[in-house]
Amino acid sequence: MDQLLNDFSPGLFFMQAIILLILIVLMRKFAWKPILESLQTREDGIKNALDSAEKARLEMQNLQADNKKLLNEARAERDAMLKEAREMKDKMIEEAKSEAETQANAIIEQAQAAIEGEKKAAIAELKGQVAGLSIEIAEKVLGKELSDNSKQEKLVDSLIGEATLN
Amino acid sequence: MTVATKSIKFIAVLVLMMTSVLAFANDGAQHQENHHEGGNKVDTPEEIKEYIAHHLKDSHDFHFYTNNETGTHVSFPLPVIVWTSEGLRVFMSSEFHHDDAGHVIVEKDGVRLTKIHSQIYELEAGAEEVVFDDHHHAENAHKVLDFSITKSVFGMLLTGLLMLLAFGALARGYKKGAIPTGFGRVLEPLVIYVRDEIARPNIGEKKYRKFMGFLLTVFFFIWILNLLGLTPLGFNVTGQIAVTVCLAIFTAVIYLFSGSKDFWAHTLWMPGVPYILRPLLAVIELIGFVVIKPFSLLVRLFANMTAGHFVLMSLIALMIVLKDLFGPVASTGMSLVLALFISVIEILVAFLQAFIFTMLSSLFIGMAVEEHDHH
Repeated sequence: MDQLLNDFSPGLFFMQAIILLILIVLMRKFAWKPILESLQTREDGIKNALDSAEKARLEMQNLQADNKKLLNEARAERDAMLKEAREMKDKMIEEAKSEAETQANAIIEQAQAAIEGEKKAAIAELKGQVAGLSIEIAEKVLGKELSDNSKQEKLVDSLIGEATLN
Repeated sequence: MTVATKSIKFIAVLVLMMTSVLAFANDGAQHQENHHEGGNKVDTPEEIKEYIAHHLKDSHDFHFYTNNETGTHVSFPLPVIVWTSEGLRVFMSSEFHHDDAGHVIVEKDGVRLTKIHSQIYELEAGAEEVVFDDHHHAENAHKVLDFSITKSVFGMLLTGLLMLLAFGALARGYKKGAIPTGFGRVLEPLVIYVRDEIARPNIGEKKYRKFMGFLLTVFFFIWILNLLGLTPLGFNVTGQIAVTVCLAIFTAVIYLFSGSKDFWAHTLWMPGVPYILRPLLAVIELIGFVVIKPFSLLVRLFANMTAGHFVLMSLIALMIVLKDLFGPVASTGMSLVLALFISVIEILVAFLQAFIFTMLSSLFIGMAVEEHDHH
């Protein structure tokens, strides 16, 4: 302890105090302050960049979710439209079919009626012709009858045979 | 570009510090063999002991080695600035002619000065030469206030200059970009280390900023000085009790003056303790903060650095002490290996002591500025 006290130099203490004081002041002004400030700004910058990146990521996520929703909606709409179109198509085909059927039926009916009329007219005409023919034949028969009965019969027969051939 | 050159210079100095351990061993040996007090070699245990004791002290010149054959000293003088009974006296230490035993008397305007064991004495009026008593204390001379640029002061100035250059360069580097280049890349993590590992956790997020200037300066100041002590230049600045006392007083003044209201309330009138005990506790706490804590700081640093230098030099001295026993080769080899080993440990201790001093300073500051929740 005595040795320590003997070694203690007040002058050195004083010089050290002065040097340390000046050094602290100078270092604060020229080194520590700018260094620590730069470090702080850099760290803040990094933190902000990370924060904004995180924000961007969340936004991106939201956007993607929105996109997905929109896509789903569009798909549903498309499906609905397709369904509607299909239904409409089916309906139209159905309508067209039934209309065509009714029309066809009408045409067939008409045709049948026309055929029937034609038939009747033909039968009537035939009947008239047969009657006229019959009258002619009868006239001819009657003309010949007067001469020969047997010849009359023969004639009638031949006429009838002709008639049936006709 | 200038920044780059400066940092290269700084690296060169730092590398010199780190790699000079071996050189120290060799240089130290040369030093010891050639060192003299009256031309004798240093080879008895007593002489070695005296030589080590001499090294551990501050000195007034920058001594490299002495050539005994020609009697020349390789050294450069440093200015002596003393406050004597007659006022300020300034001269170069070369006027003492390397005398350290009070033989050479320097007369400066009516004041007779002499140097005994690295300390400057003023002879009493009329005395022509120093008279020693039985304990080798000067009888007719007294110490003067010595503001000399001693080796330690020179070391501190050198360290201060290095710090200003290196960290100034780092600070300027930030103007060019957010990321430092060159040697700044080494320094920046150290600054961040002090801030994030020492100051922030101990002082607290809100208040640490105010003390960063002191803590960073002290940390690098002690560290660089400790490392300088490992070079063959033979600085022993942090092993000077005056230096560590000064550092500890700075810490004490800072935490005593920045103490919060809560700190003083808790120190002087501890709540939750019987009233009779409170004055007693106040005395104990006060002594703790004003005396014991700074004392522990200063003794820890001083003792560690002094012990380091002492052990290292003793191991180097083994080379001479054990020469007769083992022969010159074996003793030199042994001394070299042991000195190298302890030097590596000293490099760690150099950092550790700087770290511990800064750590404890910030811990004490943290205690003083802490604001407690009300009980």
